[in-house]
Amino acid sequence: MLFGQGGCDVALELQRQVKDFVLRNFLFTDDDKALANGDSLIRGGIVDSTGILELVGHLEQAFAIRIPPEDMTPANFDSIDAIGAYLARRLAT
Amino acid sequence: MCGIAGFSGTATADDSHALLRRMIGTLRHRGPDGFGYHVAPGIGLAHARLSIIDLVSGDQPIHNEARTAWVVFNGEIFNYVELRASLEAQGHRFYTQSDTEVIVHLYDRYGDRFVEHLNGQFAIALWDGARKRFVLARDRAGIRPLFWTQARGKLWFASEAKALLAVLPERAALDPRGLVQALNFWSPVEPDTVFRDISSLPPGCLLTIEDGGAPNVRRWWDWTFPATAPDGRRSAALSGSFDDAVRDLRELLVDAVRIQLRADVPVGAYLSGGLDSSGIVALIRGFTDTPVRTFSVAFEDKEFDESVHQQVMVRHLGTEHTSVRCTRRDIGMLFPKLIAHAEQPVLRTAPVPLMMLSRLVREQGYKVVLTGEGADEVFGGYDLFKEAKVRRFWARQPGSKLRPKLLGRLYGYLGNSPVANEAFAQSFFGSGMEHIDRPIFAHVPRWTTSRRALALLSPELRAEAGEWDPLAFYERTLPPEIMSWQPLARDQYVEAKSLLAGYLLSAQGDRVAMANSIEGRYPFLDHRVIEFASRLPQHFKIRGMTEKHVLRRALADLLPLDVLERTKQPYRAPDSQSFFFDGEPLDYVAELTSPERIREAGYFDATAVGRLVDKCRAGKATGFADNQAFVGVLSTMLLHAHFLRTTNAPEATASSA
Repeated sequence: MLFGQGGCDVALELQRQVKDFVLRNFLFTDDDKALANGDSLIRGGIVDSTGILELVGHLEQAFAIRIPPEDMTPANFDSIDAIGAYLARRLAT
Repeated sequence: MCGIAGFSGTATADDSHALLRRMIGTLRHRGPDGFGYHVAPGIGLAHARLSIIDLVSGDQPIHNEARTAWVVFNGEIFNYVELRASLEAQGHRFYTQSDTEVIVHLYDRYGDRFVEHLNGQFAIALWDGARKRFVLARDRAGIRPLFWTQARGKLWFASEAKALLAVLPERAALDPRGLVQALNFWSPVEPDTVFRDISSLPPGCLLTIEDGGAPNVRRWWDWTFPATAPDGRRSAALSGSFDDAVRDLRELLVDAVRIQLRADVPVGAYLSGGLDSSGIVALIRGFTDTPVRTFSVAFEDKEFDESVHQQVMVRHLGTEHTSVRCTRRDIGMLFPKLIAHAEQPVLRTAPVPLMMLSRLVREQGYKVVLTGEGADEVFGGYDLFKEAKVRRFWARQPGSKLRPKLLGRLYGYLGNSPVANEAFAQSFFGSGMEHIDRPIFAHVPRWTTSRRALALLSPELRAEAGEWDPLAFYERTLPPEIMSWQPLARDQYVEAKSLLAGYLLSAQGDRVAMANSIEGRYPFLDHRVIEFASRLPQHFKIRGMTEKHVLRRALADLLPLDVLERTKQPYRAPDSQSFFFDGEPLDYVAELTSPERIREAGYFDATAVGRLVDKCRAGKATGFADNQAFVGVLSTMLLHAHFLRTTNAPEATASSA
């Protein structure tokens, strides 16, 4: 029943999980304040071109989904908020 | 080539000779062929000699005719033959055949402006006993190192910091500013070093002390470029046709190679397989009688190996060629030795294979090699320059869908290319556009990648670094007129000061060659070549998306077509993969990155480093940012173990292969 609550909670929980991964994997920290959910991961220098591939690979594995190339855009992946929303859409279908 | 060390200041009860012996003893690798000393009230000079010119009478220190001016010197004065002839015609009498002796005669005649007459690579310490003046001088591009500090009423200097630490153990403390600069810019920003209160004399600078007073540092040469005309395109100073430039450059290069071959020992050359080193070897073959042996690095890993291109050149030029094969394990095992020589944190392992190469050269009986280093900075060879060109072009029409597609022509050699996904490529290369009117515009992407390592700093250092604006800091080191230059010129200046002088000529140049008593020589960094290229308009250097255009044309008839037309492949080596085998770190890596050692040193956050190490161990560190951060942390910890930690540090000497 991981995503069994209302849509809002699902998105929040997804954001939480993605943020944990980004913090630990790219910033090597647990400090939640190191990154705001709306921050641009690219402009902030947090993910580079290989970082995007790492991120997508992790999401595919963790959420058992396949992310098609046409979905791989900054609009879907440039912030914790955007990734959370994208995942919520994908997992809702 | 050699090592120098010594001090200037009031005489004390110290045993000057003993101090000098302790200092110069640490630099034996730079000059294994003998030591020389000069001690007088107020001065101590020491020299470790690598005999290359005038093997019989060239021992230093060297003095002037009146025996009042004394010099020790590391490097080469390539135009000493012409300088000597001119000085002799003016009545100067020489007592050796060495290039060093012209320095004291030029000083007698021109004072501190002696340095402007020198074409070479040098670090000089000169004592003028008659006027109680002390002078340190460093070459234009920063090829030869020179460090100094003030302590105990004296100014102390040396080719490497280890000679200072040998007599001033209180200087064995890491300066957090130098560390943060190194992690951000790839090296400390001169005059800062990673050692607290030890300064580097920056390239093209002169330090003088008058009669025991305070040291005065001034710049006597700098990279400079013509101001652009108000239309932003051409300057009045940029005249002449492209064909004229090709012809003049060819003549200059032939002469630069000719004078850099001056030596009383055989001279070899590095051959990377690229345009620059191939061009140097072709110029030697085509325009001199010097027999040339060539040397290269071959990698086990195909992503980095250029053997195929090297072999094309070997067949074309018919040189006797030897290569050293480099494995990941070699790099991992030799990395501590690199840091002991480099004396600074590094973000890449690429200097290690060059240290293996200099060992090969030494084993083959050679002391001197010519290399192609410098051509990318002088003629605009790096992808960074082309990337900046496209980003500026794109910024003029931000809505253009076509312009960013030019980025697709960059970075084709990378396994994980940043341009593979067009939407992201636009996002990556579009960030930092707000800096377009700043001189560091081209370097923001590189420094954004390296800055990720600052996340690993300990909370105390991170708090300090958090207040620090690296872009504004770097801009304060730049000449005030830089924004009047063409955009490529601004990028070239920053590159010449940051990556070239700070890293390529030091950690990856002087230090890894000198580790095996090998002298590198760089014809593309002959100051006449630099000054000539700097006067050219930018489109002579990068034409469309072809880098080093004028250089390619100047070498066109000497090289096979595929070498001539091949896009530059940057020299790289495996990074974090060199330290983990079958999922386990090398022993010294495990020790130095352990939470205990990280906490004891105090520079980094043990938990954060642990996560990064785990990522590397799992083979998941695939990008530059993680690899650079890992190599940066490991090299800092090695530096700490080797130079700063007072207890025994067996891991720093374990692999002195």
